[in-house]
Amino acid sequence: MSSVTTPPLSRRAGEGKDPAGSAPGGASPEEEAALQAAFDAAVAAEERIEPRDWMPDAYRATLVRQIAQHAHSEIIGMQPEANWITRAPSLRRKAILMAKVQDEAGHGLYLYGAAETLGTGREQLLDKLHTGRQKYSSIFNYPTLTWADVGAIGWLVDGAAITNQVPLCRCSYGPYARAMVRVCKEESFHQRQGYELLLALSRGTEAQHAMAQDAVDRWWWPSLMMFGPPDEESAHSARSMEWKIKRHSNDELRQRFVDICVPQAEALDLTLPDPDLRWNEQREHWDFGTIDWQEFRDVLAGNGPCNEQRLHQRRAAHEDGAWVREAAAAHAAKQAARATPPDPAPGAADTKTPPLPAEQAPQSRPPEHAPQPRADESAQRGVEHSS
Amino acid sequence: MSADWPLWEVFVRSRRGLSHTHAGSLHAPDAQMALRNARDLFTRRSEGVSLWVVPSVEITASSPDEKDPFFAPAADKPYRHPTFYEVPEGVRNL
Amino acid sequence: MSATTPPATLAALPLGDDALILSHRLGEWAGHAPVLEEEVALANIALDLLGQARALYAELADVLGSEDEIAYLREERAFLNCQLVEQPNGDFAHTVVRQLFFSTYQQPLYAQLTPSLPLAAKAVREVAYHRDHAEQWTLRLGDGTEESHARTQRAVDALWRYTGELFRPVEGVDARWEELEEEWDTGIRAVLGQAGLTVPDSPRHGAWSAGAGRQGVHTEPFGRMLAEMQHLHRSHPGATW
Repeated sequence: MSSVTTPPLSRRAGEGKDPAGSAPGGASPEEEAALQAAFDAAVAAEERIEPRDWMPDAYRATLVRQIAQHAHSEIIGMQPEANWITRAPSLRRKAILMAKVQDEAGHGLYLYGAAETLGTGREQLLDKLHTGRQKYSSIFNYPTLTWADVGAIGWLVDGAAITNQVPLCRCSYGPYARAMVRVCKEESFHQRQGYELLLALSRGTEAQHAMAQDAVDRWWWPSLMMFGPPDEESAHSARSMEWKIKRHSNDELRQRFVDICVPQAEALDLTLPDPDLRWNEQREHWDFGTIDWQEFRDVLAGNGPCNEQRLHQRRAAHEDGAWVREAAAAHAAKQAARATPPDPAPGAADTKTPPLPAEQAPQSRPPEHAPQPRADESAQRGVEHSS
Repeated sequence: MSADWPLWEVFVRSRRGLSHTHAGSLHAPDAQMALRNARDLFTRRSEGVSLWVVPSVEITASSPDEKDPFFAPAADKPYRHPTFYEVPEGVRNL
Repeated sequence: MSATTPPATLAALPLGDDALILSHRLGEWAGHAPVLEEEVALANIALDLLGQARALYAELADVLGSEDEIAYLREERAFLNCQLVEQPNGDFAHTVVRQLFFSTYQQPLYAQLTPSLPLAAKAVREVAYHRDHAEQWTLRLGDGTEESHARTQRAVDALWRYTGELFRPVEGVDARWEELEEEWDTGIRAVLGQAGLTVPDSPRHGAWSAGAGRQGVHTEPFGRMLAEMQHLHRSHPGATW
């Protein structure tokens, strides 16, 4: 029996590919073919691929690109909504919005964690975001001009995201699928709060109703673009479907979303800004107008209303925070140096206690300072969110 | 001075009576902050009553290359499982 | 408020204002935190505080109206929060030190109020965590690098003058103020000492006799903060959201 001591669950930042991944050094073409066959069989059998399994380089690269883009979208997506936290018009809405923006940071973290299992550290991924070498969802390059935009983002943008994401819970790559299960579970309140927000506006004063309509007018088409280019132009779709990273085509998901939204808009007493929207008896789907793909390409290319602003804020937060990250790392290094001779291995001193390194660190705090689970309060929050 | 914080694996006990289960990973400068970050990230909705954080580099794993030799011996010992044994119909509480 | 307003209700306004205003300031960090993990941590604290404010305002419903009327329709001079919580975020060290000073005050205060204030028992547990968060960061920033040490010392020096107000008796708040101040002083000296930071010997009060936050006398940035917070609500009188 032998074992390896490389970190198996997530890799350290900057560490290269795992030697167990790809073909082990000098694998013969026959061995490579056998690995490929085993991988194909696992995917076909709906088994999950796990970080230390062999996988084709292109599969790994596709996943890193997609998961990173997804993570970047979560954290850039905080900005348009955070824009309204300080102006939320009621305390209830303020709490909901703060919790939602916080979730987006959390989802970014889950996803960066999933990407790190593929051997690319978060710092590297952030660097690619900050230098424009990796994208985030173009939808966040539109501005939130009024309070109603917060509702439109929840209903339409999160709605589109959920339509995209639910199938990802069954993605062939285990860590991504698991992260998405967590994300989807938490996101169930996001769309609903947006819808409820718009409903309150729509049923409110004339000015509020107009505010809601204006927001839906501006966010509808960009939301449809979130599903990506039409199937015949989608560069990565076919192979991603084969690998079961993706389960449905862009157009399929887009249609599903339109079908869901039309009756929801009616219930809101708001109109969707598409004169060509009509029920098609034969297809049993809603027909809709032509998407302005030129706008999509322009925004993607960096010419959206907020591309510059979003990246600037992200970079500034990262750069302004550098001294904080450095300080904490420096403190940890000093603490480690002070703690000589080293402590016994965690758990070695007292086998009755679970191996909790923090509780045995020299600077450990008395137990009353240890984080307490706070079931009552979090439970209360949960109720609030789902209302 | 590198500002890169090491990676930690987080294990959550969702309620008393259950084992800690791997929940995900995060970055933190040291164990104490890792615990706190884990608390904030993985138990926002009361998902846990206890947390472990382990530096990712400290985890020793079996290698998938040795999947067969490592786990195969367990596969040919069906007598370890209760379903191996035949029980006459009608016999209960066994 | 009338003379017959019960003391617990009187206490709810200054304490609720403290919680709301600090929560609002922390909310300004969203999307700007030095590391993603800290986005989540700061938002947790902000949400705890906002929850406290709402629970406290609920006690005032009969006297002052709904939580939104209390938060959005009062003028600056009617807010009774201490000046410490309204101070702008500054850099991360500034925010951490503000948190340290306030949570080291809030935790024993709420512990004292637990019998008389329904919210206090739950809030004490929340604030214990806020305090821990602030202490952990103060230690790291004070000890970390030359730059982080200098920034944190600057924050301690700048915010020091807002700490004296915390221990002036507040109408309706039945606390043992001297004891609180002693406890605060001991706690803060211990943390700053451990972090290698110097306890300032400058005064802990401004030299102005008009009073401070508890008398509705605030610092200039507060008015701008309120303008931002209240503008949308006030632009649509009577609307529901």
